[in-house]
Amino acid sequence: MEFNPFSLAGKTILVTGASSGIGQTTAIVCSQMGATVVITGRDEERLQATFDQLAAAQEEHVKLLADLTIPDEVDRLVASLPPLDGAVLCAGNSTTLPLQFGSREKFNEMFDVNFFAPVELLRLMYKKKVLQKGASVVLIASIGGTHSFMPGNGVYGASKAALNSVMKYAAREYASRKVRVNSICPGMVDTPLIHRGTITEDQLAEDAKRYPLGRYGRPEDIANGAVYLLSDASSWLTGHDLVIDGGFSV
Amino acid sequence: MNITEFIENFASQFDDTEPDAFASDTKFKQLDEWSSLTALSIIAMIDDEYNVIIKGNDILNSETIEDLYKIVEKQQ
Repeated sequence: MEFNPFSLAGKTILVTGASSGIGQTTAIVCSQMGATVVITGRDEERLQATFDQLAAAQEEHVKLLADLTIPDEVDRLVASLPPLDGAVLCAGNSTTLPLQFGSREKFNEMFDVNFFAPVELLRLMYKKKVLQKGASVVLIASIGGTHSFMPGNGVYGASKAALNSVMKYAAREYASRKVRVNSICPGMVDTPLIHRGTITEDQLAEDAKRYPLGRYGRPEDIANGAVYLLSDASSWLTGHDLVIDGGFSV
Repeated sequence: MNITEFIENFASQFDDTEPDAFASDTKFKQLDEWSSLTALSIIAMIDDEYNVIIKGNDILNSETIEDLYKIVEKQQ
């Protein structure tokens, strides 16, 4: 076999938020790197569309519908999961809202999806020993809230900063089982999430020019980072927030 | 909703422009203070006060405050 420290062959990897955007591409790329992939999302049709694109080198990929903001569904998901060598928690949402409109309700909505849902899933996967010894967990955070503080991104950024904080604590605590926990902090990535119209297409195009590498990220830019963090190539890396942002936060 | 109240809510998203500078025919994007953050505040105010979610394009396509008012009124 060819030398490839980034191979995911023989690994079983969970990807949440796999029905679109970064999650979808990450699931596909992991399967192309040889992993057996367990994908989860809320929308049956779109999840199936991802499933159909998984590399079929082996036939054991699994799809499980779940809304991770609903505790019963998280319990059910964790109970159905096979033993895992890795997980990429991509499910998330964003909002663009000046802080003076960031009511408790708006913060709650954002934290439910971006913070409590992945943190609870991570907790249960560890506690129930779904994450095997040596497993690698990747949380998709953001440069927002830790490396970048653009006006209008406070509610979103705070939820991602909180996630980054838990990532570091989990890295310390879970090291006893050799479970690694890292995050990726992407800059703006071109996914359906950013095309919801609050920011116009012209404004997005203008904003993309502010990135030193001249463009927004593509989902595969993030997926490839996740491959590194999941693979044995990063065996000695834990508690790290990997910034992938085209140089924006430099 | 009525236009007078809408103009008041609109004006309160500004810090340096005098309230009497705002009328239904004000070309708001020509105001010195107008910025992308003001646009976000207007979108958030309309969600907050009128339960209507407008898009950045609605602001782009509105010239006067009344233009925007009509868009919100139609969606209410």
